[in-house]
Amino acid sequence: MNPPVKPIIRARGLTKSFGPVAVLRGIDFDVMPSQVKVVIGPSGSGKSTLLRCCNGLETADGGSLEICGQTLVDAGRMLPDAALNALRMNVGMVFQSFNLFPHLTVLGNVTVAPRKLRGLSAAEADATARRLLDKVGLRDKTDAYPGTLSGGQKQRVAIARALAMQPQVMLFDEPTSALDPELVGEVLRVMKALAGEGMTMMVVTHEMAFAREVADVVAVMDQGVVLESGPPEQIFDQPLHARTREFLQAVSTRA
Amino acid sequence: MDFDFSPVWSGWSDLAHGALITVEVTTGAIALGCVIGLLIGLGRLDPRRRLVFGACTAYVSFVRGTPLLVQLFIWFFGLPHFGINLPAFFCGVVGMGMYSGAYVSEIVRGAIQSVDRGQMEAARSLGMPYRMAMREIIVPQAVIRMIPPLGNEFIALIKNSSLVSLLTIADLMHEGQKIISVSYRSLETYLAIALVYFVLTNLTGLALRRVERKLGAGGMLQ
Repeated sequence: MNPPVKPIIRARGLTKSFGPVAVLRGIDFDVMPSQVKVVIGPSGSGKSTLLRCCNGLETADGGSLEICGQTLVDAGRMLPDAALNALRMNVGMVFQSFNLFPHLTVLGNVTVAPRKLRGLSAAEADATARRLLDKVGLRDKTDAYPGTLSGGQKQRVAIARALAMQPQVMLFDEPTSALDPELVGEVLRVMKALAGEGMTMMVVTHEMAFAREVADVVAVMDQGVVLESGPPEQIFDQPLHARTREFLQAVSTRA
Repeated sequence: MDFDFSPVWSGWSDLAHGALITVEVTTGAIALGCVIGLLIGLGRLDPRRRLVFGACTAYVSFVRGTPLLVQLFIWFFGLPHFGINLPAFFCGVVGMGMYSGAYVSEIVRGAIQSVDRGQMEAARSLGMPYRMAMREIIVPQAVIRMIPPLGNEFIALIKNSSLVSLLTIADLMHEGQKIISVSYRSLETYLAIALVYFVLTNLTGLALRRVERKLGAGGMLQ
């Protein structure tokens, strides 16, 4: 008998308000190891907030949240700072606006955290970084500064930077929303390859084709709750909720 | 109209020595001002740390809100009332350094807060503690943004240093006045002094532009 597989992310009854606005209203949410979970939903539905709660960039007010077997939030109480920092090293984050460090080269961006936090030597960190940059197709850009890169290249560097910490799970916060349409594909290809290697991923996105193709589970959020979740075929072809249908229709007519 | 620069020429070595003292006082004050400014500026980043924030804010509002000359006089003429007799040069450097620190702190704070919030989020989400994120990511980006306003501050300080002549410090201004007191050639002497200050301030401006270009070459400016 195998022991039961524990989820990498496990949220129960998670709540979060910004002032009077309840953004998360009791979220139950699991991401299993090697699972790709894509979160979709209209803007303002709370999906980015949920994602940002998962590495403590937002503090949930109530409920519980476990990441990589560690309790990040319990009854609204947050993990202390030192433990939070340690936890974040295992949780990779990719932002909509890249947030590359403009004063460091591409190589510097990818090596700074492993060197400072994992205690890698410059040579070790460089070797890992070059391998990862190779993987995202940017080996020839190691010495470039972020300011000289295209949006798609920046986001691929950002993915390499997160991977360099060897995280157990990767969080993607609308990673292609700030990109010109012709650059979206190169980022999605990298993410798809990553999924293929068995990386555990939670992806907030508006790329429905990506969700359909790569997701193991799609969760639909609306007004701070998870409306429904299931395999992409089910969500896209036989959605249970009228709200889901409305949303999918709105997205498909937009495209 | 007659111009007679001969008292200036014959007193040139005193003026040169005075200029050296001006450079020394100002350099010391700039160094002290930068250290104080960095600490106070960092202390004013987070209003939720009430004690630190409050103390730093009080410092800035007092030091920035009272005249430099009054502060210098308090150091030099006021403290002796408590039996504290400090050397004039020390009073000049510390008085000006503390004064400048208040302004530098606002430059530091402004530059740090102008760095995009996403930079801190990215650093923290990699697992960096707050201080490391500041040191490795935020401050290096802020430094280059500090340079133009720091240039203004340094130049203002060079000019304000003429006030220390009133603390018996033999700076450029002081030496000039000595020449005037025996020759009565005030216009010529003040013009000569003005020229020296002009050279000092503009050399400083040039040097800082150079530093800015050098740092900016790293692609730090997007």
